[in-house]
Amino acid sequence: MSRIEGVLKALKGQGRKALIPYITAGDPHPDVTVDLMHTLVEAGADIIELGVPFSDPMADGPVIQLACERALVHGTSLRQVIAMVKEFRKSDDATPVVLMGYLNPMEAMGYERFADAAKDAGVDGILTVDLPPEEADEVAPLFTQRNLDAIFLLSPTTTDDRIRAISEHSSGYVYYVSIKGVTGSATINVEEVAAKVNHIHELTALPVGVGFGIRDAETAAAVGRVSDGVIVGSVLVDTIARNQADTDQLKRALTDLLHPMREALDSLAS
Amino acid sequence: MSVKLTEEMLSALPDARGHFGAFGGRFVSETLMDSLMTLEKEYARLKKDPEFQARFDKELADYVGRPTPLYFAERLSRETGGAQIWLKREDLCHTGAHKVNNTIGQALLASFLGKKRIIAETGAGQHGVATATVCARLGLECHVFMGAEDVQRQSLNVFRMKLLGATVHAVQGGTKTLKDAMNDAMRDWVAHVDDTFYIIGTVAGPHPYPLLVRDFQSVIGRETRRQALEKTGKLPDALVACVGGGSNAIGMFYPFLSDESVQLYGVEAGGLGIDTGKHAAPLCAGRPGVLHGNRTYLMEDENGQIAGTHSVSAGLDYPGVGPEHSWLKDIGRANYVSVTDDEAMEGFRKLTRVEGIMPALETAHAVAYAIKLAATMDKDQTVVINVSGRGDKDINTVAKLEGIEI
Repeated sequence: MSRIEGVLKALKGQGRKALIPYITAGDPHPDVTVDLMHTLVEAGADIIELGVPFSDPMADGPVIQLACERALVHGTSLRQVIAMVKEFRKSDDATPVVLMGYLNPMEAMGYERFADAAKDAGVDGILTVDLPPEEADEVAPLFTQRNLDAIFLLSPTTTDDRIRAISEHSSGYVYYVSIKGVTGSATINVEEVAAKVNHIHELTALPVGVGFGIRDAETAAAVGRVSDGVIVGSVLVDTIARNQADTDQLKRALTDLLHPMREALDSLAS
Repeated sequence: MSVKLTEEMLSALPDARGHFGAFGGRFVSETLMDSLMTLEKEYARLKKDPEFQARFDKELADYVGRPTPLYFAERLSRETGGAQIWLKREDLCHTGAHKVNNTIGQALLASFLGKKRIIAETGAGQHGVATATVCARLGLECHVFMGAEDVQRQSLNVFRMKLLGATVHAVQGGTKTLKDAMNDAMRDWVAHVDDTFYIIGTVAGPHPYPLLVRDFQSVIGRETRRQALEKTGKLPDALVACVGGGSNAIGMFYPFLSDESVQLYGVEAGGLGIDTGKHAAPLCAGRPGVLHGNRTYLMEDENGQIAGTHSVSAGLDYPGVGPEHSWLKDIGRANYVSVTDDEAMEGFRKLTRVEGIMPALETAHAVAYAIKLAATMDKDQTVVINVSGRGDKDINTVAKLEGIEI
C-alpha cells in the first residue's frame, strides 16, 4: 500500500477528510520550503502537494504564476525540488508528498531519471497538469513500477467514459478540478460540485480530492462534506506572497489559514 | 537521410492521437480535453462536407482575394545572378498576410459549431488583425491576447484590431511576448470553454490545431504548385518560407512533400546570431520538449524552463514551432536554417528597392535566405519565396533601427 493510500484509508476509517495544501517549491525562497512543509503538517495537513515551478504554467492563474516566477528567480529546478522532499523526509516519513507540475521539466530531466530520483527522495505521487492519460503510456508505467501514485485530473467537462478511463489510470486519488477556469480564479458552486463528485463516486472506487476555489473553512467544509479531501492552493500561495519578507510571520499566517479549515473538516466527522 | 514520402504515408499523419512521429499530441489540462475531442470530431465531419468546403472556397476567393499571384521577381533574379526567384504573393491577401486563410477557416468552423465568442493570441498582430477582421465579417465577439511588449512594438496593428471591434488584452506575464499571449489565451479558454472558440494562428498547439491550420493554409502550396506548372512548365526546385510557429511554411510545403525534387527551406529567426543565444530558432538550436499542448522542438534551459527569445520580428519571436516541422526536420525532408536580424533587414531593403515590394520583417528572413540560396543555383532553376506578409506594419520598427523619427 502506498503512503497516500494508507493515509486516506486511515482517515476514512475515522470518518475524517483529508486536508491537502499546495505550495510552490522555492517560493518565496528555496531555503524555506522544507520549513514551510513542516509548518503545513503541524497546522493539520494530511498530504502535501508540492508545486514544481514552471516558466509557462498555463493552467494556473496569476497567483501561482507569480509564485513560479519568484521560485525561478532563485533557479529552483526539479532536481532541487526533489532534494527538498529528501530533506523533508529526514524528519517526517509519514506525510505523503505529491509533486504537482508541468511535463516539460520532467521531460528535460529524463523520465526514468526523474522517477528514480523522486522515489529515492520519498515522493509518493506525481500529478502532471498537462499530461492526460492518453499521452501517459510512456511515463505512467515508470511511476507505477516504482509504487509512485499517478494522479490525474477530472474536470466539470469530463465525460463519464473518460471518468472511468482516467480512474483506471490513476492511483492514490483522483483530483477533481471544481471549476472551469485556472487556479484561484472563481468562486465554486458547492451544489454543482457536490452533484458531480457524487457522480464520480459512482464511477470509481478511488478517493476524490477536490481543488480550485477552496479558500476558507466554510468552503472547505462544504466541499469536504461530499469529497474525500480538499486541496487548498491559491489562498496559501497568496499568503506566501504577502508575507514573504518575514518567515516567522509567514508560518503563523499559513497556520492561521489552515487551522480553521482543519477544524471545520474534523467537525464533519461523526 | 531524406525519406521518400508517399501520399499514403502523408494521409496517415497526424495519427489518431494527433502525433507526427514523436511530435504533436495533446498535452493540455483535463478541462480542455472534451472541447478538443469535439473539435476534432466535428472538423473530420466538416472536412468532407461539401457545403462547408464550398463556403470556405468562396470566402477565400471573394473575401481574401485568392488566388494570389505567383510573380517572377525579374530584377531581383538578375541582380542575384543565380536561380530565377519567384514570389508567392500572400502579402496581397486581405489584411496583408497569409494569416487570414486560416482565420476564415476556423471562424467558419466556430460558426458551424454555434460558438459566438472568439479568442486568439497574436505576436506581430497579423493573426490578431486577421481574426478581428473575420469576426467583424461574421458578427462574432473577438478577444485578442497580445504580449505587452508586442503591443508596444506593433501599435499600428493594435489600433487596427480595435477599429475592427476586437478587445485587445495586453499580457503582462512572463516575457510579455507571443508565448505569454498563448498562455493567457489558453487560460481564458479554460474559463469560457462552453461558449468560446479559440482560433490558434499557428500550426502549434494541441491536436487537432496543427492539422486544422495546415489544412486551411495548404491553399498556398496548392496554388503555387499549379501556378508554377503553368508559368514555368515544371515544379520549383526550392521553396523558401520563414518559420516562427510555421503556418505559412507548412501551408507552402505540405502540397509538395511527396515531390522529392522540390527542396524545402524553413528560415528561423537567428536574432543576434545563434552563438549569442539571443534568437528564436528552436529547430536550429533547440531540443524536443512539451509546450502549449504539443511535443516539438523548443528553446529551453537545462531544467526544462522555456527560454526567452529574441527576434527583430515579433511574429517569429516564439520558443516553439509546429510539430509537423519538427517531424519534417527529423526525417530530413525539410531543411531548417536561420538568418540574423541584420541579414533580414538587408533582405527587407533589397526586396523593397529592387521589386517595389515591402515584405513583413518575418518574410524578410525568407527573402534574405532565398537570395543566398539562389546565388548558388543555376539560371534554369527556380526558387519560390513565400511572401507571407507585407511590411507596412513594421515601418515603426524599421524607422527606429535606422534612427529615423516618424
